[in-house]
Amino acid sequence: MDMYQENILDHYKHPRNKGKIEGADFQHREPNPLCGDVVEIYVKMADGKVVDLKWEGSGCAISQASASILYENLLGKTEDELNVLNVEKVLELLQTEVNPARMKCATLGLVALQKALQGQK
Amino acid sequence: MDTEKIMLDVEKIRKDFPILSRIVHGKPMAYLDSAATSQKPLAMIEATDGYYREYNANVHRGIYVISEEATTAYEAAREKVRGFINASSVEEIIYTRNATESLNLIRFTWGRQYVGKGDVIIVSEMEHHSNMVPWQMLAKEVGAELLYIPINTETGRLDQGAYQKLLERKPKLVGIVHMSNAMGTLNPMKEMTRLAHEAGAVVVIDGCQSTPHMPVDVQDLDADFFAFSGHKMLGPTGIGILYGKKKILESMQPFMGGGDMIKEVTKEGATWNDLPYKFEAGTPNVAGAIGLGAAVDYLNKVGMANIWEHEQEMAKYVLGKLRAIEGVRIVGPKEPVDRGAAISFVLKGAHPHDMASIFDDAGIAIRAGHLCAQPALTAHGVDAVARASFYLYNTKEEADRFLETVLKVKEIFG
Repeated sequence: MDMYQENILDHYKHPRNKGKIEGADFQHREPNPLCGDVVEIYVKMADGKVVDLKWEGSGCAISQASASILYENLLGKTEDELNVLNVEKVLELLQTEVNPARMKCATLGLVALQKALQGQK
Repeated sequence: MDTEKIMLDVEKIRKDFPILSRIVHGKPMAYLDSAATSQKPLAMIEATDGYYREYNANVHRGIYVISEEATTAYEAAREKVRGFINASSVEEIIYTRNATESLNLIRFTWGRQYVGKGDVIIVSEMEHHSNMVPWQMLAKEVGAELLYIPINTETGRLDQGAYQKLLERKPKLVGIVHMSNAMGTLNPMKEMTRLAHEAGAVVVIDGCQSTPHMPVDVQDLDADFFAFSGHKMLGPTGIGILYGKKKILESMQPFMGGGDMIKEVTKEGATWNDLPYKFEAGTPNVAGAIGLGAAVDYLNKVGMANIWEHEQEMAKYVLGKLRAIEGVRIVGPKEPVDRGAAISFVLKGAHPHDMASIFDDAGIAIRAGHLCAQPALTAHGVDAVARASFYLYNTKEEADRFLETVLKVKEIFG
């Protein structure tokens, strides 16, 4: 199965930066009603940059690993840099083929981040 | 167990289903999702096609040859369905869109007429959402109380002691699934119906998963209402059945108003047509009914007892091997007794959606998710399962491919 590369399985079994941040500047909980996956993101900013990012979630390997991999890359980014992140960027980071039926899983972390930035708590 | 004889000539049956020769991801497709919808035999496809090609006309209206032919075929299908579930009269067979519409018909007619404030409705915790949400909505609308028969998650069966206790509340309506789509459980429907009747309730049975797979006799069950869908029993989508006892149907107000359901209309009002037309407003799904009739013919030719026996063999074979895989937990009865061949399970460390993707890659169609039975899964402490469901056209080779793929999933996520 091409989708389940080593890095996906590694992040699924050992997700990075799990946890909560009290008093986060951006926060959002995004469920995927189709399959019950959930990602909740907390972002702390200082001097216009991400200084801390934590997340909680549960669900399939694709949704959880993609959140873990995406979020690992966000420390030090400015809000503008966060705002331009898109699906292509996420797929590039995942380094795997995602079949169309699973695209919603692969982008759940991205959607949670985007809605957090839009202030949809 | 491997050498046990399977009674059906499955290879011969498979030739009747054009789709089963499909190749997906470079492999022969193994379709193990018949509990969601079944595949279709050529005879059924040709029956619907023949209607559109040769005698497409509206029913119960035209005084000309093809309209007569369409009406005859449409009503002949109703008679076939009647015989298939052993209803006493075609007046008791109402065509609907699917089981969901059948159940909602009861909600909007019988429900609104006979269930009032403070009344009790009982359903089981293992219901498909289609036999749960309508009763939640009715209860909210009229101020009734909805109570649930709990699942014993150890046995995968309804708690009969709790059921008897609930019946002391004298419910107006009891809704129970004959065979669970999420757990495979075959409920002791005849006994549960008898007890509900003793308590004075009307019994609504969801027969979606039983009717396609085993002999069903609504008179023997003593069902007041019995609902099922055509597409799960080799028929087309968009056609379903509501069986109701004549006496009860006669006491009910119509569902939708419109053509065909009236006897006479004046500006002041209308009088209602006889059964079953009273509940069939508007131009019906003629092709769907004719297709369902052809599906019933096909099932009768193979024999429902033979189909049930084949599926029992498959369930026994798969459950035995699946249970033996470390990390697998069956959601539903673990023994192949009083259960069907829709087998739900979870595997430690692997999410059902990831499992389904790996199965898909192996050319195997299984279902993953909450299976429209969230409370049943919640009772088991899971929010998603993987489900393989077997039907008359599934082979032991497909079962073996399924079991091998479970091991492959385990390898990836272990």
